[in-house]
Amino acid sequence: MNTRSEGVNGLLSVPALLHRNAKIFPTAPAYREKEFGIWQTWTWPETLEEIEALALGFVDLGVQEGDFVAIIGRNRPHLYWAMVSAQMVGAIPVPLYQDAVAEEMSYVLNHCGARFVVVGDQEQVDKVIEIQDRLPEFEQMLYLDARGLRKYDHARLHQYSHVQDAGRAKRDELLPEITSRQAKLDYDSTCVMLYTSGTTGKPKGVVLSNRNVIETSKSSSEFDDLRQTDSILAYLPMAWVGDFIFSVGQAMWTGFCTNCPESADTMHTDLREIGPTYYFAPPRVFETQLTTVMIRMEDAGRFKKWLFDTFMAHARRVGPDILDGRPVSQWDRFKYNIGELMIYGPLKNTLGFSKIRVGYTAGEAIGPEIFDFFRSLGINLKQLYGQTEATVFITAQPDGEVRSDTVGVSCPGVELRIAENGEVFYRSPGVFVEYYKNPESTAGTKDAEGWVATGDAGFIEEGSGHLRIIDRAKDVGQMADGSLFAPKYVENKLKFFPNILEVVVFGNDRSECTAFINIDLTAVGNWAERNNIGYASYQELARHPQVMDMIQSHVEEVNASVAQDEMLSGCQVSRFVVLHKELDADDGELTRTRKVRRRIIEEKFADIIAALYDGSSSVSTVTEVTYEDGRKGSIAATLEVRSAEVFPVSQQIAAQ
Amino acid sequence: MLDQADGYVTADGRKIGSVVMEMRNITLRFGGVEAIKDISFDIREGEIRAIIGPNGAGKSSMLNVISGFYVPQDGEVWYKGALRPPMKPYQVARQGIARTFQNIALFEGMSVLDNVMTGRLTHMKRGLWQQAVWRGPAEAEETANREVAERIIDFLEIQAIRKTPVARLPYGLKKRVELARALAAEPSLLLLDEPMAGMNVEEKEDMSRFILDVNDEFGTTIALIEHDMGVVMDLSDRVVVMDYGKKIGDGTPDEVRNNQDVIDAYLGVSHD
Repeated sequence: MNTRSEGVNGLLSVPALLHRNAKIFPTAPAYREKEFGIWQTWTWPETLEEIEALALGFVDLGVQEGDFVAIIGRNRPHLYWAMVSAQMVGAIPVPLYQDAVAEEMSYVLNHCGARFVVVGDQEQVDKVIEIQDRLPEFEQMLYLDARGLRKYDHARLHQYSHVQDAGRAKRDELLPEITSRQAKLDYDSTCVMLYTSGTTGKPKGVVLSNRNVIETSKSSSEFDDLRQTDSILAYLPMAWVGDFIFSVGQAMWTGFCTNCPESADTMHTDLREIGPTYYFAPPRVFETQLTTVMIRMEDAGRFKKWLFDTFMAHARRVGPDILDGRPVSQWDRFKYNIGELMIYGPLKNTLGFSKIRVGYTAGEAIGPEIFDFFRSLGINLKQLYGQTEATVFITAQPDGEVRSDTVGVSCPGVELRIAENGEVFYRSPGVFVEYYKNPESTAGTKDAEGWVATGDAGFIEEGSGHLRIIDRAKDVGQMADGSLFAPKYVENKLKFFPNILEVVVFGNDRSECTAFINIDLTAVGNWAERNNIGYASYQELARHPQVMDMIQSHVEEVNASVAQDEMLSGCQVSRFVVLHKELDADDGELTRTRKVRRRIIEEKFADIIAALYDGSSSVSTVTEVTYEDGRKGSIAATLEVRSAEVFPVSQQIAAQ
Repeated sequence: MLDQADGYVTADGRKIGSVVMEMRNITLRFGGVEAIKDISFDIREGEIRAIIGPNGAGKSSMLNVISGFYVPQDGEVWYKGALRPPMKPYQVARQGIARTFQNIALFEGMSVLDNVMTGRLTHMKRGLWQQAVWRGPAEAEETANREVAERIIDFLEIQAIRKTPVARLPYGLKKRVELARALAAEPSLLLLDEPMAGMNVEEKEDMSRFILDVNDEFGTTIALIEHDMGVVMDLSDRVVVMDYGKKIGDGTPDEVRNNQDVIDAYLGVSHD
């Protein structure tokens, strides 16, 4: 083994890391899951036994090397194990988004030609059965939770534990086969295939090699000093590259413990019980938490409210400095310690953040107020920038250099380059192998020297060397008068208001900018309750005149701030509507990771956009909606179009 | 097919066993009012048996006779092959009959978990003193019972509200908690009094799925009263139809659906 120049200590695959962990951490917890009200724990040797049993069962079922094994379900240890079992027998795991409707699944399952599917429960079994006639390569399905499946035809259906038992029974016979298959895995064999959510067009299968995954896990674990004693909560979709790297890659590399919540609804309780030391959440989760805290503080008694406000103001002033180790006066430090005792400590405990050493947010821009709130509590929240094609990490913020408006410096081993049009390119050991069955797109994204286009426009800040992202490169355009149009920049500013959930700004090639706005039902609903405003639905609340006034004031505030920026001052929103429905991934308006799909929205709501530009004061529209079970319906509404004040740009006028 | 002494096989292939409970010529009077008039039917092991009928037909009275809360003036109740003497509700519970109520009867101030644990009371043998000191056998007993309760919580997907006081829950969830408490008793006969009353379509779908799953998973015999005809016809294996205290139909959903008396009772025909 030592003759190989690659791999770390001869560890060339995820199963190899697993074997190492079972040997060097014989008693340490590897995976935990809350079930029947109790945290069930598997140590590394137990995990190895479970994974091996399933791998044996896979061979028994006829899984061949190079087969694709699709994994669909919520975060559960058994499903993570299924991925490693697949790797063990030379197959390639393909995790899918569990909330995808059958149609979307059918595309991915057909594209990779998955012969085997491992699912969580009846819901997923039903979806696959619904589309199985269109999946010529599909052969067998394994399920974890047997409830409701007793009466199903079991010709192509197997219970997970039964497959394991069958594997265990034939251990002596089949183990040599597994050992030999495992020995064939090298640093460049495929580790996993992940489908990108696709803001445009069909999802693409990103092939990641063992080299990508292990090198990235190693360097990122070292960057943040992750240790075997760390623990994380696995609650983000398994199909997302980040979850794979955190819950499988880094977990296998460092040997830390991955905890799976009891159900999606109990995530916050479970978070509090586990108190992870390493935590990742998209900005949306932090936003929701902050909103919840603020709403509950509104209901608190006067003294408690005063205490909270006083100490939070102090924390905002000195908290981030204390966290970054900058000098703070003794008195402020003392006051902060009192606050820790009275407010910050209990609050962190309630949120489940007591033990966090490293926290990350990524995926979208995070509001400075939200970011500062968590940092001022002493939570080491940082930002990173990455994508599936890079095996997550492109840039990240080192401890002590954390700011809300940058995404940090390039990660170890990553080279950055900004093209002339402002697009960010990178090259690293994490760069993906290819898009599966799509050489055209591969060539279009990755050049011969290994540089990958991110599709994002940004620049490297002078002095600090931090990368700042402006917008998706293809979304950046020009207004009719030639000024720069960067919708994301304005959208993010608007989304930082708790009352606004989602914004889509239009204005490319037009003389002025307009916007679609979704209100945040939790925040606005709470405000309505407080002000005795009755409402029966999202739709009714969204068109309430007082809500419209409130949103208008937010838009005008943002316009005033955008006007300060010489480069982007043309992006002020002159007219807007509050949409009658929440943008939804089920309707194709958002991706499964909740990114806005502009082109689809533009087509779908063309009539409303027309009204935004033709000066009319209201617009009637009918919109098709998809329910959770795939049925369709439609909602009709008349929307009020509001105009917002636009501010002149002093510099521009002076220049003329 | 239904008359076979040793049960029958349902359309979806489940085997229904022998008679668990038999009502023989039951008549129940409140003063001069005859709520139930000379009704006989049986409930077989493993089946879902529905009692339906228009308002005031005597369905709830019938359920109360089954649960032992009302003692009929005439007729006999046979349970597990023996004639059942008049008994107190707690004695009925000990015999393995559990129920839910039309108007939800939970302990509002207690958490969901505690409510479900009360369903285990008939399975707890330790005395007050040992329970209070909570050492040795009492602790082991509670752990074992908690495990059963947790399995039911998991089964009915109410983990997220485990520690929530019942008073704070919405109606649909309270109904589910009540079902959980009844199931915690591991009953051999489960009585459901209008399990879907007041629910929206989605909640009804959920509840139907849970009822079918309970029957499927635990093999529990279920007798239920329900207004929603669609639900009854989809769920149950056999249906008793009552009108004005009399039995006007008994059989599979299809047989009942085509029964002229039943159609008359539901669509309305003048009663002489």
